[in-house]
Amino acid sequence: MSHTNALSFPPPSPSTGTAPGVSQDRSQDRGVVLQVKGLVTDFNTASGTVHAVRDVSFDLHKRQRMAIVGESGSGKSALAMSLVGLVPQPGRVTGGSVKLNGTEMVGLDDAGISRIRGKDIGLVFQDPMAALDPLKTIGSQFVETIRVHQDVSVKAARKMACDLLGEVGVTDAKRRIADYPHQYSGGMRQRVLIAMAIANDPSVVIADEPTTALDVTTQAQVLDLLAKICDERGNALVMITHNLGIVEELCDSVNVMYAGRFVESTSARALFESPAHPYSKALLNCVIDPATTKRGALPAIPGSPPDLSIDEPGCPFAARCPIGRDEPRCATERPESRALASGAVVRCHFASDIPGDEA
Amino acid sequence: MSNPATAPLLRVENLNKSYGKGVGSRHRVQILRDVSFELRRGQTLGLVGESGSGKSTTAACVMGLTGVDSGLIEFDGVNLTALSKPEMRRMRKRIQMVFQDPNGSLDPRFTVADLVEEPLIIHGVTDAAERARRVAQVLDRVGITVKQAQRFPFAFSGGQRQRIAIARALVLNPDLVVLDEPVSALDVSIQAQVLNLLSDLQDELGLTYLFIVHDLAVARLMSHNIAVMNAGRIVEAGTSADVFDNTSHPYTRALLDAVPGARRRAASLAAAAPALATEGK
Repeated sequence: MSHTNALSFPPPSPSTGTAPGVSQDRSQDRGVVLQVKGLVTDFNTASGTVHAVRDVSFDLHKRQRMAIVGESGSGKSALAMSLVGLVPQPGRVTGGSVKLNGTEMVGLDDAGISRIRGKDIGLVFQDPMAALDPLKTIGSQFVETIRVHQDVSVKAARKMACDLLGEVGVTDAKRRIADYPHQYSGGMRQRVLIAMAIANDPSVVIADEPTTALDVTTQAQVLDLLAKICDERGNALVMITHNLGIVEELCDSVNVMYAGRFVESTSARALFESPAHPYSKALLNCVIDPATTKRGALPAIPGSPPDLSIDEPGCPFAARCPIGRDEPRCATERPESRALASGAVVRCHFASDIPGDEA
Repeated sequence: MSNPATAPLLRVENLNKSYGKGVGSRHRVQILRDVSFELRRGQTLGLVGESGSGKSTTAACVMGLTGVDSGLIEFDGVNLTALSKPEMRRMRKRIQMVFQDPNGSLDPRFTVADLVEEPLIIHGVTDAAERARRVAQVLDRVGITVKQAQRFPFAFSGGQRQRIAIARALVLNPDLVVLDEPVSALDVSIQAQVLNLLSDLQDELGLTYLFIVHDLAVARLMSHNIAVMNAGRIVEAGTSADVFDNTSHPYTRALLDAVPGARRRAASLAAAAPALATEGK
């Protein structure tokens, strides 16, 4: 089992230059805030153990914006939940380590993790209506969020909440703080969640599909807001998404997740310019380009993702892969992660960063 | 109407629809305002817009699932708004629908074969052998084997479930299929499979699609014509190429600019469409 596939930031480059896709100002500050090593999360169900997260490792640096992309069932949400100790029953983190600012979070009891969650890690979920209590005003939930972690008066917390709501673009925050969640639109609710996520000045914000439930114009506003907030406050961001457009626009680095593992870790620009793993290539191929895609001839990935309760010996993508379909090695030997010359880390026997050089 | 070869299969004219706000309230919310469009046989009209723009209400009116305040919905020369309920039920055999969420639209207690057979029973196909033949034929066409069809919906992936929902819509040999966000619940790699299937089916069977979609790239790819809806009105309509390449309405421009990856930082959305920035009214 390899624990060496931590994505360094910026990715190691033989030519000592800064990695592509990483803007200068954000790569200056390089302290690691979140370090994940060999994380394993299993769900023990009646029909067998589902290995949702399998040996995931990465380093998240200060101010870094990291994407985790994958399709449904790839384990990306289970990974997000594992990072903050919120894996739902019957799931459990069964191995590995998650260190936030040097503090080990795996194995902490509920009280211990509650002191960290919401304070050092902020969370933004896909469905803001489910994340908010419909029976409480925004103000009372907000004040509670602040006072759990900070020793301030209700009045002071309310003032902080008002300021934060204003900062995320809730107009007339003084009045709207007394409203209930249903009185806010979807986009506004997501702004409220972002404000709550940053209320205790966390070093890391984890956003799990934060704009999937929103319209495209609202999505654009919320993404802009997230970027602005992280820039201004210096939080690192873990963006969990299935949308490659969001990765391209918002993130410095990206991990492509398939069947519970990171199959490619690289800079965002490198992924779009020269994806190395066949799955990354196939995924990028599926993005509709109006200029070239023909009706009825959309590139599709044949088959469907593997059953995560079965731990097959080979590469989990082999059956759908243009290379792996015919390679006996892909069916029998699991690829370990290895670094390519470009700095990308991939789990594939045949991936190469020289275009057209695949076996 | 006089010339069936050139007459549109579906013609909607000045459609208005409002809902009452609360029981017995005199205050009404106007959902559709003078919506008009035409859809030719064998073609696809993409209806795009954000949630709340009236796309789904337009579909519900065409399907006869909700009444209209005023306006004309003419299908193959027949005004649907004037039909009685039994007449509309007979007509609905020719107008079928595929919904966004196949988990919600497929009864979990039915086998797939039963689910696809059900519309035939409802619409009076009494010969069991004939029903079985048509079910097998349409399932084969969407890529589900007869053996698989003895299983229940939970045994299928999201993409397969949407294929089953498509089979269920097509088993009656409809002329018009209303597709309400048929791929937005699917992963990108699976979306492509289903979109390709829909294109192939249209070409083979001469189907006409009213395609409700918020994804502009999908809309452009699949549609011959596009109608952009905003706040209950069609604000821009034309051929796919016209609407996307020579965008004239600022709302359409704002929609196009908002697509992540495609949009550029320089273009400020708020400036392009001030109405959209004021939310939660």
